[in-house]
Amino acid sequence: MGALIVYLAYMGLQLFVVDHVSPLTFLFSSNFAPDEKHPGALVFIIGSVTITLFAICVGGPLGVAVGIFLSLLAPKRLAGAMKPAIEILVGIPSVVYGWLGLTLLVPLVREHAGSQTGFGLLTAGIVLSIMILPTVVSLSEDALRAVPVALQEGSMSLGATRWQTIWNVLLPAARGGLTVAVILGIARAIGEALAVQMVIGNSAVLPKGLLAPTAALTTEIVTDMGSAQEGTVLFHSLFSMALLLLLIAMALIFAVRLALRRSA
Amino acid sequence: MIIRLLTAIALTMFVIPAAAAADTQITAAGSTALLPLVKQAATEYSQAHQGIDISVSGGGSYVGIAQARSGAAELGDSDVIAPGNSGLMDHKVAAVGFAVIVNPSANVSSLSSAQIRAIFSGRTTNWKDVGGTDQGIVIINRPRTSGTRAVFNATMMGVSKINEAGLTVDSSGTVVTTVASTPGSISYVALAYTRGKPITVAKINGVAPSEGTIVTGKYPIWSYEHIFTKGKPSSDVADFINYIASNTGLLEKLGYIPISRMKVKETNR
Repeated sequence: MGALIVYLAYMGLQLFVVDHVSPLTFLFSSNFAPDEKHPGALVFIIGSVTITLFAICVGGPLGVAVGIFLSLLAPKRLAGAMKPAIEILVGIPSVVYGWLGLTLLVPLVREHAGSQTGFGLLTAGIVLSIMILPTVVSLSEDALRAVPVALQEGSMSLGATRWQTIWNVLLPAARGGLTVAVILGIARAIGEALAVQMVIGNSAVLPKGLLAPTAALTTEIVTDMGSAQEGTVLFHSLFSMALLLLLIAMALIFAVRLALRRSA
Repeated sequence: MIIRLLTAIALTMFVIPAAAAADTQITAAGSTALLPLVKQAATEYSQAHQGIDISVSGGGSYVGIAQARSGAAELGDSDVIAPGNSGLMDHKVAAVGFAVIVNPSANVSSLSSAQIRAIFSGRTTNWKDVGGTDQGIVIINRPRTSGTRAVFNATMMGVSKINEAGLTVDSSGTVVTTVASTPGSISYVALAYTRGKPITVAKINGVAPSEGTIVTGKYPIWSYEHIFTKGKPSSDVADFINYIASNTGLLEKLGYIPISRMKVKETNR
């Protein structure tokens, strides 16, 4: 694992050390022209961040809400049946989500959302929202179940309603675990390549709105890796994008640990 | 995810061929414009020759060139000549025309070179400006791995730059399905892919693509299809390449043109 990180860092920094491309160009230019030694990756960074934010804004609250329902409100039988079902959903390969997105969602967005193509940020965001849902549901359910029953009973016996108990007692008590659920959802969303590539449109231009096609860091690596000759600027910039993804993932892991430590 | 993906690719590239190593194993990869021909030829050839197993995949012309160069594939299929002095040996196997295809909703059946340039460079953005319906134009591009894109760029675009704002799809087959399903879309693809599909093949400067118009150079978008090998090919590989290039019946059936029929030189177009 350590060797992998070192290798990725070494290859990812070649762009700046060997090709003398400014990190500012890489991070803040929207013109991706590796043939002209100008590999601006801003489009892909914005693409990745936007669809991830979209996914977590939709899938996060929804996932936690379902988690609350399953752990506290649902009849035992229903909750017992739902849990394995959701765990199976976590394991569905991303190509299946991408395929469903391409065949069901793209025509739907094309016909009802006012987009001419149906490909773009919105479609990719919806696919990701659905993809992260099982992860968020499963983890937030576990987090809420881990809250001592005594807290719930104490709150109820003081005359609090069920809603007051959930909002004022259970959610704060499970805060750490819920944060972990959301962060792992983010991690799944930002790292997803295949499903996103199938529905985002893959054009290296800044999107003019949620309906416009664009590209993300992961999809750009997939699209161009086949033709990238070793030692070229394109080859190095793909490694720099991979390094950037690794750094984001590492930051998220540290965030998880921080959240866990705080709640402990 | 990326690591998983790379592992998967490494597996398909190395482990699976190795598992079948009992037979003579030939792998071909690259141009999706050439893919239908190589795939069909491979099926027929391995049926006729016991113990020779040929696996064929796409990826794009520049992927084919890269894989032939690295040795990951014995045959690198490409619509374009390998750049630079690469140590690759070039085998021309056929000529192929490329169609400019349009979604039927645009109601356009013929375009001039200048109109095509204007559309693909992003200057013309509505079909009504070129005699079609009042509908936005969606450009569907191939990525930089594509030889079809390189051929289209070289024959049609001149100094104009292709606008990237539309969609980018990564194989010839996907181009056709995307154009068929996206209203107002336009793209470019090898003629072999256009048969019997719900798309409009545009005439260029009034000329429809056909063998007759391509061999005389009247129709502008065509190229030789190349198979590259790293140095001199083994006798099995050379025999297979020869089988593809000389199989006139198969070439015709799939919409390719035997090289001997070409009257116009690639450099003179």
